[in-house]
This record gives sequence, C-alpha cells and structure tokens, in this order.
Amino acid sequence: MQNLSVIIAILGLSAMSYWLGRRRSIAVVGGLRSAAQLHSLPGYYGVLTGLWCAVPALLLLAVWHVVGQHHILDVVMSHLSGDYLTASAGQRRLLMDEVLRLAHGGAALGDVRPDVRAAAQEWIRLDALSRTAGGLVALSVSLIGASVAWSRISPTLRARNGVEWVVKLALVLCSLIAILTTVGIILSVLYEALRFFHLVPIFKFLLGTSWSPQLATRADQVGSSGAFGAVPLFAGTALIALIAMLVAVPIGLLSAIYLSEYADRRVRTVAKPLLELLAGIPTVVYGFFAVLTVGPLLRGVGQALGVAVSAESALAAGLVMGIMIVPFVSSLADDMLTAVPLGLRNGAYALGATKSETIRRVVLPAALPGIVGGVLLAVSRAIGETMIVVMAAGLTAKLTANPLEAVTTVTVQIVSLLVGDSEFDSPKTLSAFALGLVLFFATLVLNIIALRIVRRYSEQYK
Amino acid sequence: MASDTRDVVVDAAKFAVPRATVSAAGDQSAPGAAIDTQTIGQVTVQDPVMTARQVSVHYGAKKAIADVNIDIGRNSVIAFIGPSGCGKSTFLRCLNRMNDTIAAARVSGTITLDGKDIYDRSEDVVQLRARVGMVFQHPNPFPKSIFENIAYGPRIHGLAPTRADLDEIVQTSLRKAGLWDEVKDRLDQPGTGLSGGQQQRLCIARAIAVDPEVILMDEPCSALDPVATARVEDLIDELRQNYAIVIVTHNMQQAARVSQRTAYFHLGNVIEVGSTNQMFTNPRHKLTEDYITGRFG
Ligand SMILES: Nc1ncnc2c1ncn2[C@@H]1O[C@H](COP(=O)(O)OP(=O)(O)OP(=O)(O)O)[C@@H](O)[C@H]1O
Ligand SMILES: [Mg+2]
Repeated sequence: MQNLSVIIAILGLSAMSYWLGRRRSIAVVGGLRSAAQLHSLPGYYGVLTGLWCAVPALLLLAVWHVVGQHHILDVVMSHLSGDYLTASAGQRRLLMDEVLRLAHGGAALGDVRPDVRAAAQEWIRLDALSRTAGGLVALSVSLIGASVAWSRISPTLRARNGVEWVVKLALVLCSLIAILTTVGIILSVLYEALRFFHLVPIFKFLLGTSWSPQLATRADQVGSSGAFGAVPLFAGTALIALIAMLVAVPIGLLSAIYLSEYADRRVRTVAKPLLELLAGIPTVVYGFFAVLTVGPLLRGVGQALGVAVSAESALAAGLVMGIMIVPFVSSLADDMLTAVPLGLRNGAYALGATKSETIRRVVLPAALPGIVGGVLLAVSRAIGETMIVVMAAGLTAKLTANPLEAVTTVTVQIVSLLVGDSEFDSPKTLSAFALGLVLFFATLVLNIIALRIVRRYSEQYK
Repeated sequence: MASDTRDVVVDAAKFAVPRATVSAAGDQSAPGAAIDTQTIGQVTVQDPVMTARQVSVHYGAKKAIADVNIDIGRNSVIAFIGPSGCGKSTFLRCLNRMNDTIAAARVSGTITLDGKDIYDRSEDVVQLRARVGMVFQHPNPFPKSIFENIAYGPRIHGLAPTRADLDEIVQTSLRKAGLWDEVKDRLDQPGTGLSGGQQQRLCIARAIAVDPEVILMDEPCSALDPVATARVEDLIDELRQNYAIVIVTHNMQQAARVSQRTAYFHLGNVIEVGSTNQMFTNPRHKLTEDYITGRFG
C-alpha cells in the first residue's frame, strides 16, 4: 500500500466526515430549523469531525514512516555478517548505502556480498510490510477519530472554539515556516561566508581596496592574483545608490506633494496610475534603457563638454535606478501626506497660512516619519538592485568617486562570481556568500534605523 | 452693540424652560403652514464688526444655506444653534473663507469685515484669516512643541521681528488662554501631549496669537469633559473684552451661558436672531421655541 493512496483515502474520509458531522449536528437538535440551539453553526461540527478524521491519522502516518524506515534499516543491518558490528562508522555507512541502493533497484557495483544482497531483499520485504501496516493503522485511526468526534457531537459541544484553536495553530505554523526559512537562509549564507573567511581573512575582505577574484588557473598566468578586497564594491554600490537617491527623493517627494496637495482630481486619476506604472516595468527593461539611451546620451553630452565619460558609468546606472525608485518614494510619500489629518491643514489655513506654508510647516513635518521610512526602504532597494547595474555600470571594480567612470556593485559581483562553472569551495565562489552576508547586514541595519526613526517621531507626534 | 450684561445671561442660564410658559409666544407659524424662512428678530446691531447679507452656499448642486443675513457685533459673543446639518458650520466657514478650501463649495452674497467685502477680488484671504481666527470642534494642535504651535501664526505673518517679541506673544497668548501656568515649564514639549481640554485652549491661544478681531468657534467643547468645558466657557467670556466671538454649539445651556446674542438655524435658513435672553425666555418663532424646549432636533 503506497503512502500517497493512504493520504488520498484519509482526505476522502475526512471530506465524508465533514458531511456526516454536519448532518449529525443538525439531526441531534432535530432539523435545520432548530439549528440555533447548537452552540456553533453546523458547518463547524462538520469541520471539527473532518479535522479529527484527518489530522491525527496523517500525523501518525508521517511518524510511522520516519520511525519505520529507521527501524527497518537497523533490523536489516543487524542480519549482516558479524564484521558489520565491529566495522568503523564510515564502513557501516558505506554498507548501509549499498543495501539501500540495491533495495531501491540500483545496479550493483561490482561484486555484491551475498549477505548484503540478502539484506536488501529483507529490506524490501520489511518496507512493504511496514507500509501496509502503517496504512492500515492510519486508516483505522482516521475512522476512530471521525467516529469519536462524530459521537461526541451534541448541542453543547463547542465546535466553533475547537475549530478556532486549530485555525490559530495553523497560523502559528505558517508564520513559523516563514521565520524558519529566513533563519535558514541566513545560516546557510553565514556558513558559506565563514568558510570564505577561513580562506581570506575578514579584515582583508572588508578593508582591502583591490578586487580581482580571478584565480590563477595556470601558474604563469598574469593578473590573476585573486585579491578579495571588497571596498571598491562597497564604494560602487554606495555611489550608485547615492545617485539614485539624489534622483528619486526630490522627484518622488515633489511629485507626491503635487499629486496629493495641488493636482485636481482629473489630473490625479490619470497621473497617479501612470507614475505607478514605472514600478511595473521589469528592471531588465530599465537596463536596456540605461545601456542604449542614457549611457550614449551622457557620453554625447560629455564629448560636447570635453569630459571623458565611459560607456558604462555609475551615473547612467544611478540615474536610471533613481527613475525606477521614484514610484516607491512617491506612492509612499503620497500615502503619508494624504494620511495627515484634515484638521491639521485646516488649523494652518485658519491661521492665515498659504498653501505652501501649510505644506512645508505642517503637513510635511507631520508626514515626515513615514516619508523617511519610505526613503530608507528605497535605499535598501537601490542597494539590492542588480539588473540595471549589471547592464549599465560594468564589471570593473574601480575605487573611484567619479560618477562618470565605470564601477561595479556588490550585487553585480555576486552574479558574475556565481555565473559559469566553478567549484563550490574555491574562494572565488565563496566570496559571493560573504558579499551576500554584507548586503544582508547593510539592509538589515537600514531597516532597523528606518523603524527607529519612524517610532521616535510617532511617539513624539501621536 | 450687544449691551446685555453678564447678569442677564446668567438669568437665561438659570431658566429651566417650562413648556407651558413659552408655548403661548410661539404663534408665529400655524401648524401645517409652510415654514416661514424669513429671518425674524434683531438681525442688525450697531457698529458691527462683520455683516452677512443674502449669503448662500451650494455644495455642488445642493444648497446648504440660503439668504443668510446677520451682523456680528463687537466685543460680544453670538451663538449659532440649530439641528444637525442645518448649515451652522457652513456659514461659520464663510466668515473666514475656509469654504475656499472645499472644492465643491460656492458662496454667494456679501460678507464684510469692518465694512470691506471679504470676498472682494482685492481681499487677501491670508490676511483675512489672520483677522478672523478659527477654533475647531476637535482640538488640532500641530505636531510641534507648545511654543511652536503658538509661534506659528506670528511667524508666518511677520508679527514678531525679534525672538523677544515672539516670546512675548507666546506668553501673552498662553496667559489669555489661561494655559500659561499649566505649560510654562514645558513649552518645548509636543502640543499633542496635552490633555484634550488643554489642547483646545492651546488652539485658542494659537488663534489669539495673530491678534484677530473675530474668533470663530465650531463646537469647541463637544470633545471636552464638563470641567474642561467650564474652563473654555470662562475663557470665552474673558476673551469677549477684546474680540468678537462666534460660537456654534449644540448645548443650549452653553449658548445661554456664554452668548449675548443667539441665531437659530433651520434647514439652511436663519429663522430667528435676537438677544440670548429673549431667545431663551421668549422665542418668537415656533421652530425656535420647539428647538430650545427640546421638542425638535
Ligand atoms: N464638504 C461638504 N461637501 C458637501 N456637502 C457638505 C459639505 N459640508 C457640509 N455639507 C452639507 O451641507 C449641509 C450643512 O452642513 P453643516 O456642516 O454646515 O451643518 P451643521 O449645522 O454644522 O451640522 P452639525 O451640527 O452636525 O455640525 C449638510 O446637509 C451637509 O451635508
Ligand atoms: Mg457643524
């Protein structure tokens, strides 16, 4: 009996018990018309019966499977000839793998010891037995659960509270999954990063000013020193993020002020969706725009002015990224501005403030915490953005403050380090995880600061 | 000039309205007859600070108030009473052109301040609102310090050239609003941290700080408890020495306690205007009488 068919059967039983439980709850009070005498709506009794039918049985099935597999292996291995018991842990492991591989129908590698072959046969037999037994036990638990729940249905049974409890448990489990996933990701990045820091000292990584992760594949190769100083990457990231914010904050904030305070309704209904459309453009398309339009344009302007602008420049990437972030800033700021109570505006108007005085001195300060929070979120987006910079900023890790030169960012390097074939334990590949860790901490710190600012202001003003 | 003395007002407050006494006077409109929307009573006063003539307001196509005629006297309090939705707030907002901030509102008619039409093209609405201050139903201090709340108006109108002047204005305004002793040690604390009653007095102080001639108050005590209300009422009575005050209230006792004149609004019309004393003891219009005696609204 396969586990899958057992699961399907249990779910079918559960659906049936829903229906039966619902019907019984109506029956015990003598018809739908007197359903008001029930503590809960009939549906709740149904759900409760269904849950009692499915949940314990499925849990049991899972536990049975895990424990059973373990136990079978133990039993089978103990039948092996005496040397197994005295073998080292490594050899035991090898034998176990061999038995399991044979049992799962894998081809034999070379000569197979007869006792191993026999053990595999035994494993197959026991496994089938265990599955059948487990399936039968689970099905009976399912039936028992359903009938116990069914028989306990009475007008005073608090089915609704029971279901509520289960719902709460399910919600807790879901949030646990989300949290555990985050923790898992952090731990795995941390683990790989630590391996990297074994190979390259952390200070060299954080403070070194030269980045060239190409390792020498031949001894006589030149220029492949394998330097892992990440400062140029941090500087490039910061430079591009700064340019992006210089574009996004004024444009986003001012357009939000225009839209929420000055624009009449007709303009607003057209302009706001248009602005938000910017957020829906895939970043690759922004990348094209940066490479094919903004880059050459800047270059042309540079030539006209007699300034050297490289084809890939921090400026082009930053400008386009700034445009991309405008809708974030503006829609967040717009929400914050419209959330400022009308009473405050009226208070200012009634004192004889003009519109712009009201906005500057009353509305903006009141909305500031939200706006600052939005801007910081936009910064962490700018730092994490990859596609535009991959296409428009280049791969040259140069430490420069000149926005007209090509720079590279943390995310771009992570991409280029992991693209292509490379062993998973070379410092080149591992350095990607170290960079990822730094990126993670940077955004984490930004978010914490954003939350603090927001909290401080809201304490002061609410 | 409304010359009612404080004593008379107190008399009106003490007056527990026995229906039988006043019903005899309420013979203005016969039952079943169309409502007479002509304003009766004392519309005009001598040397008014503001006058309203034939003022109507539409919100879109909907008429909110129609042909309101009324004078606001100097150094006195006039109360606007009437059932909910009858247009008291709408008319009040006409007096400092706060209706300009409502896109749908259209105002017609003439309103003057010291004889000059406030809706005239040459009139600066910003200046007007400095001269006709407003206090709202819900206290709305700015999310700034107590000091900055008061200093805001004088700053934008350039009333305080030096810091010393500003300190002076803040102090006198808070004193006049009866709030100085409670907040003098924490002027740098946020105004939103005060109690509701203190916040409302802060808003009054804020309005006083720009030295207006008229102060409009729209149900200023409706969000306050009785103790805070009593303080604000005392304050209004003191402010009368220097300002003309218009107060909208749903509280008959409050109208009787603080005002010298009362106007009764009904479905967008001013039905009756008169001295508070007369309105509460001897209303001339049936609708006024019904409202004041609690039979309606
Ligand atoms: N901003 C607005 N837009 C459209 N109609 C409005 C607006 N403000 C008020 N009105 C309408 O105008 C009429 C008068 O409203 P107003 O607020 O002046 O009444 P009120 O006498 O102050 O009532 P209350 O005692 O409840 O405050 C009401 O019918 C109201 O629905
Ligand atoms: Mg009102």
